Amino acid sequence: MDSELILRNVFFRYDSQWCLEGIDFELKKGEIVGMIGPNGSGKSTLLKIMDGLLKIQKGEILLFNKPISRYRRGDIARHIAMVPHEETFRFSFLVSEVVLMGRFSHLGLFPFEGKEDLEIANQSMRLTGTLNLATRSIHELSGGEKQRVLIARALTQRAQIILLDEPTSFLDIRHKVEMFELISYLTLTQGLSVIIISHDISLAAQYCHRMLILNKGGVYKIGEPAEVITADNISMVYQCPVLVDENPISKTPRVTILSKRKESKKEIA
Amino acid sequence: MKGNEDQRVTPLKVLYTGLILTGMLVIIAFISLSLGPAKISLKDILTWLIGYKTIDQTAWMILFKIRLPRILLAGLVGFTLSLGGVVFQALLRNPLAEPFILGVSSGAAVGAIIGIFFGCGFTFGVPLLSFVGALFTILLVMGISSRHGGLESSTLLLTGVIINAFFTAVIMFFITTTSDSRLHSMLFWLYGDLSQSKYVQLSISLPFILIVSGIIYIFSRHLNLIVGGEESALQMGVEVELLKWIAFLGISLITGIVVAFSGIIGFVGLIVPHLMRMILGPDHRLLIPASSLGGAVFLIAADTLARTIISPSELPVGVITAFLGAPFFIYLLKSRGSQWTQS
Repeated sequence: MDSELILRNVFFRYDSQWCLEGIDFELKKGEIVGMIGPNGSGKSTLLKIMDGLLKIQKGEILLFNKPISRYRRGDIARHIAMVPHEETFRFSFLVSEVVLMGRFSHLGLFPFEGKEDLEIANQSMRLTGTLNLATRSIHELSGGEKQRVLIARALTQRAQIILLDEPTSFLDIRHKVEMFELISYLTLTQGLSVIIISHDISLAAQYCHRMLILNKGGVYKIGEPAEVITADNISMVYQCPVLVDENPISKTPRVTILSKRKESKKEIA
Repeated sequence: MKGNEDQRVTPLKVLYTGLILTGMLVIIAFISLSLGPAKISLKDILTWLIGYKTIDQTAWMILFKIRLPRILLAGLVGFTLSLGGVVFQALLRNPLAEPFILGVSSGAAVGAIIGIFFGCGFTFGVPLLSFVGALFTILLVMGISSRHGGLESSTLLLTGVIINAFFTAVIMFFITTTSDSRLHSMLFWLYGDLSQSKYVQLSISLPFILIVSGIIYIFSRHLNLIVGGEESALQMGVEVELLKWIAFLGISLITGIVVAFSGIIGFVGLIVPHLMRMILGPDHRLLIPASSLGGAVFLIAADTLARTIISPSELPVGVITAFLGAPFFIYLLKSRGSQWTQS
C-alpha cells in the first residue's frame, strides 16, 4: 500500500532539550492510527510536526513523496487538515461561516466563496450531522457540537489526511462513541487517512487499525491494537498498574485501571 | 445552507453596504460644507452646483480653499484610522487594539513636537518630522519584537506600551519647557487638529492609502481565519507571519502619514470598528470597507462639530471624538455586548 505521510528519523526540539528523538512512522492510505502516551510525551508536538506547523531540526518528512518543507502552506492545507484540541473564536461567527473557512486554501485572490464551495461545505455538514446548526453562532454550541463543526471544517478542506488532537476529551460516552463512529465512517466512505490522539485507550483500540504508543519523545511501540495494548506496555509508559483483557464483543484489548490499594473506598458506616 | 443564504457575506452585500455608506459620506460632506462662521447655505451650494446661481469670490474661497480640503482630509484620516483599528484588532486578537497601540502615534508626536519647538512650518516641516518619528518607532517596535523572523503578538503589544511610555516622557519634557504660543500649538497637535488642511496633503497621502487598503482588502478573508487563532489559520493555509509583517507595516505607514497631517485623533480607530462589528457581524470582507467608510463619515461629522461648536473659536477634534464617542460607545456596549468572547 502507498504511504501518504512518511517520517524518517525525525528529531525536534523547542529549546535545548530534544522533545522528539528518532521518530520513524508511515501513514498508509485509508487507515486510522491511534496515538496514545502519557502527558508530555510529545503527542501534540508530533501531530504539529506532521502538519508542518513546526520545523524539525533533523530527519525527513515526506508528504506524498515530497519533502513537506518544499510545500507552501496553502498546498499542505489541501492535503492535511487538523482538528485542534480546542479552538477559541473571538467573534461570534456562524457555524456555516466557520465551516466555509475550510475552503480558504482553494480560493484565489477573489475573496468570496462560489457555488461549489457552498456545496462542499454543505456536504461536510451533512456528513457530520451539523447541518441543523448552520445558522447558529459558534459560541452557542456545546463541546460535542463544536467538535463536530471543527471536523466539518476539516472535511471542507478536502484533504486526504486528517489529524485529530484529542477530539474526545471533553465529550461524554455517547459523543465519544459517535466521534469514533464518524471517523471510521469517513475513512470507509471517503478514503481518508486519520491519525487521532486519544486518552480513551480501549475505545481507540476498537476503531484504530494501528496504535502508536509515544513515550518520552520516542515511539515506544507501534502495531495492531492487540499486539501493542498489553498490560506490560501500558503500565510501563503510564507508570500506573492496569489490567488488560479482551472486550467480549469487539475482541479488542480492554484496559482496566487498577487502584493501588485493594479497597480504595472506605465503607461509610 | 439555504436558510442562511441571506446572512452570508456576498459581493453584493459588500457593494450595497459600501454604496449606503458612500451616500452617507456625500451627505455629511455637503452638510459640513455649508456649516461655519461664514453663512453659506446648503441650498446656495446645491443651486450653484446645478448651475442656477453664481456664488461670489469670497464664498468660493471659503468653500474650496478652507472647508473642502479640511473635509476631505478628515475623511481620509477617519478612513485610515478605522481601517487600522479593524485590522489591528484582528491581528492582535485584542479588543483594545487601535492603530496607535504599537507606538506610532507617540513616535509621531515626538517628531511633531520637536518640529513645533524649533519653529518648523505646519505644511511640510512638522509633518515630515512627525512622519520620520512614526516610521522610526514602528521599525523599532517591530525590530525589538521579531524573533527568528516571527512577530509575536503579546511581545509586540508590550513593546508598544513601553515605547509609548518612553515617548510620553519625552513629550512631557518638551511641553513643560515651552511656555509661549508654541505650547498651544503642541497641545492642539496632541489632540488632533485638522485646521492646517491643504490639498497637497491629500495628494501625498491618497495614493498610499489607496494602495495599502487595496492590499489589506485582498487579505480580508485571511483576517477572518486569524481571529480563530494563528496556529489554526496557519493550518488552513494562511501565511501568517508574512501577513503580519505586511499588515503591521502597511497600516503603520499610512497611519504615520495621516497622523503627520492631523495630529493624534484618538478613539476613531477604536470605536468605529466595534460599532460596525456590532451592526454587521465579524466577517472582515464586509467589516473592512464598512469600517473605513464609517470612519470617514464619523470623523467628518466630529470635525464639523469641532470647528462650529464654539465658533469662531475651535476645539481640537480629538476632544469631540472622545467626548461624544465614549458615552455613545458605553451605551452600545451595555445594550448590545461587545461581540468579543473568550470562549
